[in-house]
Amino acid sequence: MIEIRWHGRGGQGAKTVSQLLAGAALRRGRYVQAFPEYGPERSGAPVKAFNRLDTKEIRLHCGVYEPDIVVVLDPTLLHAREVRVTEGLKRHGLLLVNTAQTPEEIRALTGFSGRIITLDAEALARSVGARFSNVVMLGAVARVLGEISVEDVEHEFAHAFGEKALATNIAALHAGFAAVDARAERSEASL
Amino acid sequence: MRVATEQKRLTLITGAEAAAHAMRQINPDVVPVYPITPQTPIIETFAQFIADGQCDTEIINVESEHSAMSAAVGASCAGARVMTATSSQGLALMLEIVYIAASMRCPIVIAVGSRALSGPINIHCDHSDSMMARDAGCVQIFAENAQEAYDLMIIAQRLAEDRRVLVPVMVMQDGFTITHSAEPVALLPDESVREFVGQYEPLYPLLDTDRPTTQGPFALPDYYFELKRQQVDALEAARTVWLELQERFAETSGRRYEGFFEEYKLSDAEYALVILSSTAGTAKVVIDRLRRKGVKVGLLKPWLFRPFPAEEIAQALAHAHAIAVLDRAISFGSWGPMYLEISAALGRYLHEKPVLYNYIYGLGGRDTPPESIASVVTDMQNELDPRVLRYLGLRE
Repeated sequence: MIEIRWHGRGGQGAKTVSQLLAGAALRRGRYVQAFPEYGPERSGAPVKAFNRLDTKEIRLHCGVYEPDIVVVLDPTLLHAREVRVTEGLKRHGLLLVNTAQTPEEIRALTGFSGRIITLDAEALARSVGARFSNVVMLGAVARVLGEISVEDVEHEFAHAFGEKALATNIAALHAGFAAVDARAERSEASL
Repeated sequence: MRVATEQKRLTLITGAEAAAHAMRQINPDVVPVYPITPQTPIIETFAQFIADGQCDTEIINVESEHSAMSAAVGASCAGARVMTATSSQGLALMLEIVYIAASMRCPIVIAVGSRALSGPINIHCDHSDSMMARDAGCVQIFAENAQEAYDLMIIAQRLAEDRRVLVPVMVMQDGFTITHSAEPVALLPDESVREFVGQYEPLYPLLDTDRPTTQGPFALPDYYFELKRQQVDALEAARTVWLELQERFAETSGRRYEGFFEEYKLSDAEYALVILSSTAGTAKVVIDRLRRKGVKVGLLKPWLFRPFPAEEIAQALAHAHAIAVLDRAISFGSWGPMYLEISAALGRYLHEKPVLYNYIYGLGGRDTPPESIASVVTDMQNELDPRVLRYLGLRE
């Protein structure tokens, strides 16, 4: 089983991308869960969303404590006092951060010893005319997981986005997917 | 790959959406509603289905849950098929009229997103709301996951409307943990659900002006007691009807809810856990882990809490050395509600009783990770004093 924790801020679509990822993995024949953590819901407040992906039925219905992958949608969360993005992250896990900084800089900042991938999702989103960078990060996660194709995620987009937003979101997805490809990064984590 | 083909039939939806799909396919005549977290997405999704023309239910937006249940009783007495949904304070406000719905034998299906009762105010899951409504005269069914929440809503409709039963049926799913968590669910074809629930034929519809009836009159010491006795019979009959419906549902869906409760690796278990709803799923993972270490532990997960299948549960647990009942509600000054049921069941039906423990867990949404559940089994192995009420994941 692979467990993923998404860190974002209210309104950035952490819950949405966790559900899109689950939908795409379900297309690949995986068992999935996607659930957000609910607290006082305020736009801009730190929020978390979670995924579980497995080849067999998932019966766990408790929180995720030791994720294999942590995705940081908003780089300001790395400095937020109330959030520790590497909490419980498996030592051999993966930290995927939307930032213009390098993995070395993120390592120095977080002290995380495992694998770190950074991509400037904001810039990539802007370059394709997309409003939100979360879909770029979704593309990166799909690429890292290896078994989920970009087409699987695109299928999910058809339900999630209106006609107008669909093309830019697909472009953003591809941008995220390709960004990880360019780094020739593959996760050791496997479905 | 087998998994892949099976998965293609599955839709990724939340438990709340699953309940809303069941409602869409049942297409009740009237749904009076008032929103409350974490039930709101049930009714939100259902309202969208109506707006999209996928069903033609009359939604009545009311000003409170008290009014929602009052409207539900009115519509049900008029002869309509009625459903509603609520949580926590909503159920508390509704409860006065839920008793009346039960006594007037209104087969209303109530979807409940389980949530702690105030105070202090809290939006997260526990079972204090449904346990508060335990004695109202409704059938109470607990779902583990989104799939069960969907299936059991469909079964509930037929169960409520069976003429041997005719009482409200509450279908509980854990707030947020299930209502807001997206999981794969196998939806039945619309026509299969419609065929399963059939056409509702009310017994004494108020709108039948050729056969006028008086409904909801006074019953003083002369008749009240007999009417209560009839409610006892209705809940008793619900047991038989439940078993019949499970046969039919298995034919319709290929999914079988065998008996009144699920047994997981229980038949040879020395240590048994009894848990309702979503935490039972986590317990199965714990049981698999402990079994690999040679610990003989199993689970009993009731679907049906009212009527309580006391004799069957006692027999299923009789061989265990020790049993731990995990309650997600508490009766202050006493013990957990399910513990009291099981304790009475063992006392009534068994000569040699297993050691019985009670743990209160998860109040107000406190998470219950696998380690917490495993610690209960360790406690049983260490033969801790069973006369002490214990708590899981509590700071003391």
